[in-house]
Amino acid sequence: MLQRVVRSTVIDAPIERVWAVLRDFNSHDRWHPAVEASHIEGGERGDQVGCVRSFTLKDGNHIREQLLTLSDRDHRSTYCIVEATVPLQRYVATITLKPVTDGQRTFWHWESTFATPPGREAELRDMVAQGVYETGFDALRRHLRQGEDLRPAGSAPMPTALPLPTRRVVLHRYGGAEELRAEDAQAAAPREGEVRIRQRAIGVNFIDVYLRRGWIPQMLPLAPEQPGVPGMEAAGTVLDAGPGAGGLLPGDRVAYLGPVPGAYCTVRSVPSDWVVRLPPAVDDEVAAALFLKGLTADYLLRDLGRVGPGTRLLVHAAAGGVGLLLCAWAKHLGATVLGTVSSEAKARLAREHGCDQVIVTRDYRFADAVQRACGGADVVVDGLGVAAREENLAALARCGHWISLGQASGPLPPIEPDALLAKSLSFSRPVVFDYVASPAVLAQRAQRVWAALADGAIRVPPIERYSLDAAAQAHERLESRERTGALVLVA
Amino acid sequence: MVQVYASSVIDASADNVWTRIRDFNGLPLWHPAIADSRIENSQPADRIGCVRHFHLRDGGAIRERLLALSDYDYSCSYEILESPMGVERYVATLKLTPVTDGGRCFAEWSAEFECAPGREQELSETIGGGVFQGGFDALKRHFGGR
Repeated sequence: MLQRVVRSTVIDAPIERVWAVLRDFNSHDRWHPAVEASHIEGGERGDQVGCVRSFTLKDGNHIREQLLTLSDRDHRSTYCIVEATVPLQRYVATITLKPVTDGQRTFWHWESTFATPPGREAELRDMVAQGVYETGFDALRRHLRQGEDLRPAGSAPMPTALPLPTRRVVLHRYGGAEELRAEDAQAAAPREGEVRIRQRAIGVNFIDVYLRRGWIPQMLPLAPEQPGVPGMEAAGTVLDAGPGAGGLLPGDRVAYLGPVPGAYCTVRSVPSDWVVRLPPAVDDEVAAALFLKGLTADYLLRDLGRVGPGTRLLVHAAAGGVGLLLCAWAKHLGATVLGTVSSEAKARLAREHGCDQVIVTRDYRFADAVQRACGGADVVVDGLGVAAREENLAALARCGHWISLGQASGPLPPIEPDALLAKSLSFSRPVVFDYVASPAVLAQRAQRVWAALADGAIRVPPIERYSLDAAAQAHERLESRERTGALVLVA
Repeated sequence: MVQVYASSVIDASADNVWTRIRDFNGLPLWHPAIADSRIENSQPADRIGCVRHFHLRDGGAIRERLLALSDYDYSCSYEILESPMGVERYVATLKLTPVTDGGRCFAEWSAEFECAPGREQELSETIGGGVFQGGFDALKRHFGGR
């Protein structure tokens, strides 16, 4: 008697993403844990109807299966066993995907019919249903979550992509905000491991100002024929992807952060390792306002500052983009949060975001107030630089940690080790890129930022928007000390 | 030919959901857009070929003929005989499929029809978003689902 097995599930991913994996007849050794190794015989491609995949299972069995039907229209694949060391006879299986239109989900139906030797029906039905189909459902879920390559080697390459027009903001020489000029240019096609992104929102950060001033020339070298483009982060939509682009597909909404400047433009190709997909609840402008700043807050609080219940945290520029996130998140973690700001209006905003005690000072005097309020800070997050140097040392508690994040008032001169000796202080000079150096870590941190936003641990800071062509005004605004919250260029 | 497709996942077994939607005369019991319904000529509501005559809450009257009903496939197909919508050759299918992991089911509602040029988009939205998704939303409120 012919046996029939049907299993189905719902996958939390759009049908294009699930189909991108399942349509490749040779992809199963990359996502199904029961499959040890697989190849398509005769060097044919995994979407060639009639091709035969030859594979070994982890348990040592060997199976050859032939692709009978492949339909991109119906999202359906039918295949049969032509030879196997397991006693499945006349085995024909069909995978069908259907979109769940109310939500970006996919219904996945997997069924087969086969005959077995007498007495082994139940055993083999269970093996197919649980060992192959149900295990496969969970494994593909994990595979998609990890963002592994959905368009593996050997499958159809994307059509050769052409350069696309882009509008970008360039710097021909270091200097003031007026050196930023908008111009038309070409965005190269994505190379291997890259995606090309139509950017909608670009985050403006202090590092962009430092690059423009020429403080980090090795990061943004300028040559007569090679102007520099600032900008470390943006959000938008994937236009196209090169081979091996980390499973990203055209149409994906994404944000990225990378150690090579160039984000001040409308279209850009970047390594997929820099890129994360955005949850539906996070729009492009929020992503651009929060990505670098949120990831920064995450590593500062979690890794470097080890901020938890009772930690006394001092945040300079507490009403700035990173400052507001640090206040809210640290408060949520149970810390006592102190902040410095330069005006009463900023003090109100910082308080609204969870800052327990706000010190209003325009001349970088805060150490006495910090010592009086809490007996010294365990952690100082300092974006001020040279002008606050002595006050920071004085504001720290015993064994305190001075984290120098930026230098808005000017670069810090070298610090004598003995300056730290008096209170066993430590000094860190971190940069965010080292804390998101692998795609897995980047994805993990991004996940924590979106989760913190969703559960109210952090709030979207006030966003000031400028057009890409007005990048110079955005920089002037960032440097003015009048501003609060985050600056975003919209493109 | 215009095609409309909507689908959803309902947090109840296909058997349970089918019990609620199988009755060709039962739309007013579960679909919020339908005010009343009767089967013409006193026929049973599961006789293939029977005609249901119902009113929308906004007053429009529609007559539909049952083309296929399958308790085995959990599916029901029907065509519109008369309606104020301005559609021709309208055939729709409502179908459930069990989801084997968890006591859920996958619900699909699709239609094909012809209409005056330029009205495709508007009718697709009314039918797919209003009628079909409206029905799914009501089922999800009743049974649960997301």
